[in-house]
Amino acid sequence: MLKRKKNNRVKNEVNAGSMADIAFLLLIFFLVTTTIDIDKGITVKLPPWSNEEVDPTKLNKRNVFSVLVNADDQLLVRGEIAQVEELRERAKEFIVNPENREDLAEKPTKAIISLKNDRGTSYGTYIQVYNELKAAYNELWTERLNKMPGYSEAVFNKDLPLDVRRAVRAEIPFVLSEAEPTNFGEE
Amino acid sequence: MSKFTKKRGKASPEVSTASLPDIIFMLLFFFMVVTVMRSSDKLVDVIVPEATELTKLEKKSLVNQIYIGKPMEQYRDIYGSAPRIQLNDKISDEDDIPIFLEKHKIKVPENQRSKITSSLRVDGEVTMGIVQDVKTALRKANQLKVNYSTRPKAN
Repeated sequence: MLKRKKNNRVKNEVNAGSMADIAFLLLIFFLVTTTIDIDKGITVKLPPWSNEEVDPTKLNKRNVFSVLVNADDQLLVRGEIAQVEELRERAKEFIVNPENREDLAEKPTKAIISLKNDRGTSYGTYIQVYNELKAAYNELWTERLNKMPGYSEAVFNKDLPLDVRRAVRAEIPFVLSEAEPTNFGEE
Repeated sequence: MSKFTKKRGKASPEVSTASLPDIIFMLLFFFMVVTVMRSSDKLVDVIVPEATELTKLEKKSLVNQIYIGKPMEQYRDIYGSAPRIQLNDKISDEDDIPIFLEKHKIKVPENQRSKITSSLRVDGEVTMGIVQDVKTALRKANQLKVNYSTRPKAN
């Protein structure tokens, strides 16, 4: 008898009204925290196909920043052996030429980066080199952008207005020519 | 008898089902967000290299993927262990690239075809020879927008 009375008093029903709120909270939590696997990478515009090769000897030697990568992933920058880590600084110095040296680019618009690799070069190294060269330009673009009024703190990226990006890139154009690779070390 | 029926009538241990739809919807939304549509099974091993200067690829429908890497363990008897190209779900040669690009192109509305990007997912260990062949094939097919897929570098 005693037991039955107890059952009568306690209503074992869970309040379901707030369940929806909890569900929505969880939903929003997952919506915010999960990231969809977005494809990221270095975007490149390849030159159109043509049978005639650009002859680099026609260019003024001081305006060409040549980077060679051999089959053993070693670098030769303007005739000297170099490391990937120093590539960025050297490229920046070459493009801007702050001390007006005779052997560096006349002006940023004339600077050309020439990249040549071997068929045996590893793709990882190629990407590293490409990344450093791109980083050099990105840093220069940001530096140039910071001199413009209203952009002193901005970083050069895709979110900027197109005309601003165009203006910056017109002053320091990214010219990278890739020569047909040599074939000494392909497996 | 009456003892039994009374007991049942009073205690009501029913779980409320009012929130079940919400839970189901939550799960539905969750899986909708998390699942990545993978159109093709991977036949080659690809670990893309790391880089810092990244751009996101925005529209998935405007991207076609080309995988380059060594065939996976279980396919090595058929395809060998040298790096190969994978288009859709087939191991292919660079000669198949124009047809592959064309097949993707017809699915894209005409006014957006100039924005088509090829995403090259290449293993870091692969040598440049095969990558160069693919690049040449892309240039010949006038597919000039290329994205070298990379992972963000952890600092």
